[in-house]
Parts: sequence; structure tokens; C-alpha cells
Amino acid sequence: MKKLTTFLATALVAGGLSAGAQAHRAWVLPMSTVLSSEDPWVTFDAAISNDIFYADYHPLRTRDLQATGPDGESVELHNASTGKYRSTFDLNLKTPGTYKVFLAQAGLTARWEDENGERRFWPGRGEAPDPARFASEVPMDATNLLITRSSRRIETFVTAGEPDSAALAPTNVGFELVPVTHPNDLYAGESASFRFLMDGEPAVGAEVSILPAGMRYRNAQEEITLTTDADGLVAVGWPGAGRYFLEASYADDRAQPPASGRRGSYAATFEVLPL
Amino acid sequence: MSRISSITVLLAMTIASVPAGARELSLEIEVPRLQVAEYHRPYLAIWVARTDNSVAQHLSVLYDLDMENQEGEKWLKDMRQWWRRGGRKLDMPVDGVSGATIGPGVHRLDFSTQVADLAPGEYRLMVEASREVGGREVLAIPFQWPPRKAAMPRAAGGAELGTLVLHLGP
Repeated sequence: MKKLTTFLATALVAGGLSAGAQAHRAWVLPMSTVLSSEDPWVTFDAAISNDIFYADYHPLRTRDLQATGPDGESVELHNASTGKYRSTFDLNLKTPGTYKVFLAQAGLTARWEDENGERRFWPGRGEAPDPARFASEVPMDATNLLITRSSRRIETFVTAGEPDSAALAPTNVGFELVPVTHPNDLYAGESASFRFLMDGEPAVGAEVSILPAGMRYRNAQEEITLTTDADGLVAVGWPGAGRYFLEASYADDRAQPPASGRRGSYAATFEVLPL
Repeated sequence: MSRISSITVLLAMTIASVPAGARELSLEIEVPRLQVAEYHRPYLAIWVARTDNSVAQHLSVLYDLDMENQEGEKWLKDMRQWWRRGGRKLDMPVDGVSGATIGPGVHRLDFSTQVADLAPGEYRLMVEASREVGGREVLAIPFQWPPRKAAMPRAAGGAELGTLVLHLGP
């Protein structure tokens, strides 16, 4: 439990679980996704912005990011630095295989009305939640109390040599993407299949949106919208080579008490190559 | 080179270099001379593909072999199709496949020994070129193995590759 508590506390610090719509998109963008050299390095940008991959709003803090290597072990982020609009960091791909860089948060959130009819939230806006204090800080008899088990993930993938799948294994906690098509084996003119899970079970009816990069140079978003099927699957036909931002969201009312609902958001950056 | 003289050269080479009864598969490859400010020799990957695009045999991968710390491997991925089809599974350098880059001109590469054990069937000879600060091009020449008669199917490149002539001998 100690381990889980620490994970939750760390994860929730980013404040991504606080209530409210997220108009802006958080993304992590690798400069390369497919590498052939011995012992390669990849540099990344991480930011929050409206137009994807243009860092012009807020940096995404690197302290919330982690990386997993081909052996399933945690990998260090090097040279992390945060500027006005973006963070940057490097990853050393010492072992051939696939690496996942991610931000993962999961825990309880609550909202209610106090005796004056004012809306209250837990965790409060900008506050670091301490799961141990949930019971003492959330009044269980409050008016219109809504407790939700929330999760949020932001991911991207890079591969040295042959793609493999150890780093892609789901945690079975919260809302996750499990690649059926390998995320570093995406090619224009082909279709890719991804499965979404909520707490390890297929996330049925999740809404998925895919945006091609480069909105600055066109007039329409050219968003692709999909819904996961009965197996939690979506098939994505890439309209062309380039970088893509995928966003997905899921909600249901099948949570363990004290929560009454589950809610998950997922985002990932993919690179589709021409053949 | 005129047709007659190339046939003469082919016959001469066939007689000179291929043992009696051995089948031939060799490639005449033209690396174009380009008028560019910064020229680097292209990386080249040559392989035999099955009709389902899988690799039947890697024939040759020509790249900057001699750079320190195998730094030349950094750009192997730019031969995107070869990398995807099977290059990424190899631990380079591979004996008998890896080689140094070749410069502008016409080169003749003999793969007869490498394809000797190829199962009978339909194949494509694939040639992919990628050049630092330059472009990329892939060409394919369909062929049947073993060849029933001598043939010289060819393909014409547009930018990074010149003319390719596949020399097949039964």
C-alpha cells in the first residue's frame, strides 16, 4: 500500500486530475521514433498547447514524466530543462527495443456543494492531493457529492532496432492504450489497431480523436473521430505520413466505492512514416 | 555502352566468373553523378523480397562502415523500406552483406552465391538508396528463381538511382 500511495501522490502532483475541462492538449514529442545506431539518444519536447506540437502556452513539467525500457525497467530522463513554453529532455536507448515515455496519474477526485451552496473540489485547484487525507477532507454527507475514480495518461514511444513489447504492457490501472499494431511500426497507407482498457477490461465506447500535426499550414483540423468497439478496439487509417496526436476519453458508473464513476483520459504522440 | 558490347561483356563475364552449371544473379547498378553543393555517397540496401514483401535474402547493405563507434549505422533507418522489412532485425555489420559505399558510376555486383539456395518462386529484387542531405528512392525488379533462360530485366531510377540491370542466367 505504501508503494501505491506514493505512486498516487506523485502522480497527482501535476494537478491534471483537478476538475474542469481541458481545452489545451498536453503532449510529448520525440525528435525521432525509429533509430538504427548503436546506443542512440533521442531528444524530446514536452508542452501544453492548443495547436499540437507548437509550444506556445505552458511547458509540461518533466518531474511528472517517466520512461520504461525494453526490459520493463525504469529509464532515466537526462538533461531535463524547462523553459517558458516547453520542457526538453533526452533519453539514452542503451538496449535495443522499445521505450515508452509517459505521465500517469490515477486516484479519487470529488466535488460537492458546501453549506453556502458553493462548489468545492478535492483535490483543490493546483493542490497536491494526499490520498491519506481524502477521508478527512471530503465530507461524505455533503450535498451533491460526486466521487470519481480518475486516471490520466500521456505517452509516446521510441524504438532502437527491432520493435518489442515489454514496455507496452498495461498496468491494468485506469484508462490505457494497448497497441495491437506496434506504435513504432506505423506507415502511411496502412491501418493501425489499438485496444483501450479501463482497469484491465476492454473500454467499450471510448471516444478517440486523432489530429495530424501541422495545423498552422492548413485550414481545417482534419480530425479523425472513432469510437472503440465491444473489444475496446479502434482501427486507424493514417491519411499520410507525419506526426499525429491521439486523444481518448472514457467514463462509466462502474467504480468501486466510495467512487460512483470512473473517468479516464489518454493522449499519445505517434509518428507515421512513408514506405 | 552499346547493346552488342554489353552482351559481349556479359558473355565474357559469365564465361569468366560463373562456374559451369551455376545459376547467375548479378546486378548492374548505376549510381548517378549529381551536381549538388554537398555530395555524399548514397547508402544502398539490396535484398530479395517475396511477393508478400517479406525478406527472402539480404544481399548487400552499403554504408559508412569505417566511422568510429559504428556511427555510420545512425542512417541505416533512412533506407526506410529495407529497415522496416527486416534491416532492423539485423545486428550490423553482417558478414557478406555489409560493405562500403560506392560512388557515382556503373557497378556490377554478383549475388549468385547468395541466392544459390533460394527456394523456387516469384521474387522481386529490391534496391533502396538514401543519401545524406539528399533524397531516397526504391526500385524493384520482379524475377523468377531459378531463371529458365538468360534475361536482363531492368528498372530506371529517377533521382538517387540510375539504370539497374538484373542479369539472370539459368
